[in-house]
Amino acid sequence: MSFKEKIKSGKFIITCEIAPPKGTNVDKALKEAEILKGKVDAINVTELQSSVMRLGSMVMSYLLKTKGFEPICQVAGRDRNRLALQSDLLSGYVLGLTNVLVLTGDHPQRGDHPQAKPVYDLDSIQILEAIKMLNSGVDMAGNGLDGKPDIFAGAVVNPGADPIGPEIIKMEKKISAGATFFQTQAVFDVEKFENFMKKIPHIKVPVLPSVILLKSPQMARYMNENVAGIEVPQALIKEMDCPDKNDRVKKSVEICARLIKGLKPFCRGVHIMPLGWENKVPLALDAAGL
Amino acid sequence: MIITKQKDKKIILDYLKQDKAVFIAGCAQCAVVCKTGGEEEIAGMKEFLQKHDKTVTGTCMVDVPCHLVKTKKMFQQHRAEIDKADAILVMACGDGVQSIMEGTKGKKVHPALDTLFLGEVAPGGVFLQKCSLCAECVLDETGGLCPVTLCPKGLLNGPCGGAKEKKCEVNKDTDCVWIKIYERLDTLKQLDKMRKIQPARDNSKRLSPGKHTLGEK
Repeated sequence: MSFKEKIKSGKFIITCEIAPPKGTNVDKALKEAEILKGKVDAINVTELQSSVMRLGSMVMSYLLKTKGFEPICQVAGRDRNRLALQSDLLSGYVLGLTNVLVLTGDHPQRGDHPQAKPVYDLDSIQILEAIKMLNSGVDMAGNGLDGKPDIFAGAVVNPGADPIGPEIIKMEKKISAGATFFQTQAVFDVEKFENFMKKIPHIKVPVLPSVILLKSPQMARYMNENVAGIEVPQALIKEMDCPDKNDRVKKSVEICARLIKGLKPFCRGVHIMPLGWENKVPLALDAAGL
Repeated sequence: MIITKQKDKKIILDYLKQDKAVFIAGCAQCAVVCKTGGEEEIAGMKEFLQKHDKTVTGTCMVDVPCHLVKTKKMFQQHRAEIDKADAILVMACGDGVQSIMEGTKGKKVHPALDTLFLGEVAPGGVFLQKCSLCAECVLDETGGLCPVTLCPKGLLNGPCGGAKEKKCEVNKDTDCVWIKIYERLDTLKQLDKMRKIQPARDNSKRLSPGKHTLGEK
């Protein structure tokens, strides 16, 4: 069953994500993916996350596809104009990349090439609209395509946004523009997520909250300072603060599993961000009873 | 108001490496307010250049350097001083530099300023960019706050989701304009405007170089 069919089936979905390398050595990323084989329904491949220059999402997604995985290729509006975005979406589809996750993209100022020209010719909603048009057989200019794709597009939402009003309006617009599933910014507070879901009873599109495998209190503090839209609560940072490193792994898995269990009644699936701890994902899933 | 900032003086001296005699032209409009091309700054620049062994053949504060016809006329009064100069150092915006070049029949010009943005004058010697001259004004849809300029990503359909404590993910000292637009449209009972999907911009309207003719639709 494909990821699209699974989303449509109502099955509880587990997705995970891996980051392409900074360089050409893809072995590590492929090994990380191997650990996840059979444990997750799809693997997101991030695209220049945090605006750090890396190997592209499309190539890494393609490599995963050839090895039997179901990739979700992330597509951001930061670096490409509408010509390049549409062309890449078609190119990806020809390579078998049918799932995409559409994002605005972190600003270059936050990454390792702050001098780069930010593009943002299209925002996430406009990219979703472009996909809708490509799927219907025409490009954004209304010109017919010789062979049309069937791209399954998802989008992101930040349930922790404060105020939440503008975020919900944008979520609704993403659905009108064609988003068929949502993956969220990292969630650390089940109650907050529950409250968010209670605010959107009219939204039937599946929402997959993200959970992070926290490695250390330092990492949590770093993310609070430097990663857009992430807020790790102080209580969790304190909980991670164990003197023994082995205990930290145990604690990380325990927190992740606890979050998954807590979130499960309110969502259609979860998205795990292992951030290098792919080998701990099976432990967290076991502990969460998945 | 066109906001300008004086270049590092070492760079200016480097531009003038080949030029012994210099004519200095300032601007009586925006550059006066920005303290980059008024009487005081022209006098300061004259003194600085003389200290560095340059001959200043003359100075002039151009009324409106961005008005080509007026600028041409004004330079006729300074013809002799300009003829004696190897180059003109222009203390005006990028438009001023070019119209002065044209107005002096192609005299060698050097910019003394960097042109930053179209801005408004705020208290305390602060200038703020509010408009990007985008050729497709969206302020009616956004409660009078420009997301093209005030959102570093120029998003048209709502916040990117990266704000923390209502501050922009790119600059923690700046408010997220989309949160402000939301709050304002909410107060004005116009949130429906935010619910409408804004199409991608027509960048052909911003084709460089811009040209507009009076009476043109």
